[in-house]
Amino acid sequence: MSTEASAIPQFKEISSPDPVLEIHDLTKRFPGVLANDHISFEVRAGETHGLLGENGAGKSTLAECIFGYYKPDSGSFKLNGNAVSFDNPTDALHAGIGMVHQHFSLIESFTVLENVLLGYRPSSEGLKSSNVEARFTQLLEVYGVHIDIDARVSQLSVGELQWVEILKALIYDVDLLILDEPTAVLTPQETDRLFQALERMLSEGVSIILITHKLREVMEVTDRVTVLRRGKLVGTVNTEDVTMTDLSRMMVGREIETLCRSNQVVNGDPVLEVQGLRALNDRGQLKLKNVNFTVSEGEILGLAGVSGNGQKELFEVLVGVRRGEKGEIIFDGKNITGTLPNARISFGIGYIPDDRQRTGLVGGFSIGENLILGRQWEPIFRRGLFTSQDSINKFAKESIAAFEIDSPSHHRLVRQLSGGNQQKVIIARETSKSLRLLLANQPTRGLDVGAIEYVTRKLLELRDSGVGILLASEDLEELMNLSDRIAVIFKGEIVDIIPCADANIIEIGLLMSGAKSGSQ
Amino acid sequence: MTLLSVLGVLSSAIFSGTSLLYTTLGEIIDQRSGIVNLGLEGVMLVSASSGFAVTAITDNPYLGVLVSILAGALMNMILGFLVISRRANQLASGLALMFFGFGLSAWIGRSYVGAKINGLPRISLPGLSNLPVLYSSLFNFDLLIYLVIPAAILVWWLLFHTRWGLGLRAVGENADTAYASGRNPLRIRYQALFVGGLLVGLGAAHLSIAYTMNWTEYMTAGRGFIAVALVIFSKWNPLRAIVGALLFSGAVAFQLLLQSSGIQISPFLLDTIPYILTILVLIAWGGTPKHSAPASLGRVYQGTE
Repeated sequence: MSTEASAIPQFKEISSPDPVLEIHDLTKRFPGVLANDHISFEVRAGETHGLLGENGAGKSTLAECIFGYYKPDSGSFKLNGNAVSFDNPTDALHAGIGMVHQHFSLIESFTVLENVLLGYRPSSEGLKSSNVEARFTQLLEVYGVHIDIDARVSQLSVGELQWVEILKALIYDVDLLILDEPTAVLTPQETDRLFQALERMLSEGVSIILITHKLREVMEVTDRVTVLRRGKLVGTVNTEDVTMTDLSRMMVGREIETLCRSNQVVNGDPVLEVQGLRALNDRGQLKLKNVNFTVSEGEILGLAGVSGNGQKELFEVLVGVRRGEKGEIIFDGKNITGTLPNARISFGIGYIPDDRQRTGLVGGFSIGENLILGRQWEPIFRRGLFTSQDSINKFAKESIAAFEIDSPSHHRLVRQLSGGNQQKVIIARETSKSLRLLLANQPTRGLDVGAIEYVTRKLLELRDSGVGILLASEDLEELMNLSDRIAVIFKGEIVDIIPCADANIIEIGLLMSGAKSGSQ
Repeated sequence: MTLLSVLGVLSSAIFSGTSLLYTTLGEIIDQRSGIVNLGLEGVMLVSASSGFAVTAITDNPYLGVLVSILAGALMNMILGFLVISRRANQLASGLALMFFGFGLSAWIGRSYVGAKINGLPRISLPGLSNLPVLYSSLFNFDLLIYLVIPAAILVWWLLFHTRWGLGLRAVGENADTAYASGRNPLRIRYQALFVGGLLVGLGAAHLSIAYTMNWTEYMTAGRGFIAVALVIFSKWNPLRAIVGALLFSGAVAFQLLLQSSGIQISPFLLDTIPYILTILVLIAWGGTPKHSAPASLGRVYQGTE
């Protein structure tokens, strides 16, 4: 935000724009993975440069290399024409590069101001926190954000956290701001506000790298876009020269099948009825206030909401690993409120948790062992007090074939599988029993397009076979494509349930942000 | 119970609680940066023995205190090398450090068992000189006692009101985040262990050079572990540690008084009073939902490679 920088936009119109950042032949390797394979591109002064690619394409790794968090194996950078090399984030921050990380890089137990101070380097202004405080307060004002700087980070909403992250980065004199999937946790309205803020930053002379896998965002705000696929550079194009279809072909390498929206009217019997559910989280805060809904046979009920509004707790209560304070859970007409998780599994309830590695699987167990987790007491997997290795092996081999799990052997540890294959193991385990209800919390999160296609196809197959499905997703479009009805959760309450045929994304966004209360 | 015996308990609590408080303060700094130092017992023993030996040789207790402090920092650096640079398991490394300290201190102190030293001189407060000697002698403290509460306040100020403390606590909460914010977790953890070691050294110095003024093998008798418990008890807060250390050593002094008063309870049972008290307080405080432990306590920082 220096005076030289603000002169750049005019300069740009006269001659060909100078690059702020040039990346030449960058390669970064992790054990067994080539994350970035000889990538070269440049970011011009005053532009918003999109970095587009599927999950796992290497976008975040590339960004963390620019920011000095990772050290590239080879390749070079030029910043404003000068060769630079960053050993750590401190170097990058000093050189004028700011970054908003994909996962919040805030200390939960600190206040907002303490988090800002943590990243603030001492300068000629001295160490006084009052200077930083004044500057941050000013930034909040300029961008019209209302956050109490003395509030603990753990008390803020996800949207507020994102603003703290962004403004924290701007408190430096940044020439280049890298935003890694900043909209992943925002409602459509918050996303719009963020994009307006980007305009403002550009006018202050900041250049921006926007990392995303959402084509619409690229089309809306970027000037140029660089596409990565499986660690390799596909190319850099002017956004105005391409269509969304072009970009998606560059990103995936083939045409993607688009799923049609459901128009079916569901009239099956209810599988799951939830009445007046109330529950606390681990910290003892009320996360579910009064939740009521029904899932019918052969129906996908989508659950939309900004993360942290009670989705996690809802799934946990339904599965039985968290105790509700009040309310009833009726499954197939039976009250199962007080039953234990293993009983619910045996009733025919399947669960795909949002956190594959921690809740869904045991990383150090083999595929075969993970496939029977929770089912090890079933007679077919038992021989008296012991497990029956033969039937477990047989079951594992069949599952690997039926669910297209890409692994040479069922003895392979689950930890060694890719995210998509791990998810297939969970789906195989949860659906290869007589299933009545599937609870799926973000089953496509972090998967590549191929795996997403697989998961969604499976969900639709299950629905068509009469299973009731509760599906939560942070990807609203996916939710609208798959669901028969959409329930919107906000602050622990279902604010509205809309048949998908009548729903539009703007209305759902408003419901998600609490700006509009539903008809319920 | 007379006023004199109450004052006696208080005086003895202050004398024995001082080394405990210094040690607890040192461990608070270690743990706030994310490192559990279970080797405190060994660190204290090496500090206490080397400080005592130097005092015996040079007849200068201040030099002894200085050596003791440096020995504490040095011992902590050994732990630092293991758990920071070599990324070893903290609990195993701490226990190894403890056993190393047992052996090393026995060797350092072997020719000083039973030696007489001139310990840290007592400094009487001007106002107390008017009291009868019996009373005033109870409150003739040495320099380290006068400095212990200021030290606790200083540690509190460092942790909660300086940029250094902010970075240190951030590393203890989430080292990756601290790194992304431009801090160096490895350097900060070494610094924390160094400063923490200085304080543990002070505690050990008070034990051998000022309080008991002698050296015997394993003279710390579990003080290092009590300090670890006091860190949890004080919820990683230096100011609360003052209360914790006084309460604990007060209970010890009280049960000693009971024993000497000839009460008809087995001394073995009386010995347990301080620990029962600790458990009771932990029960009363323990259930609060607000977690105050540093979030990545005990976790090895792997870096980004």
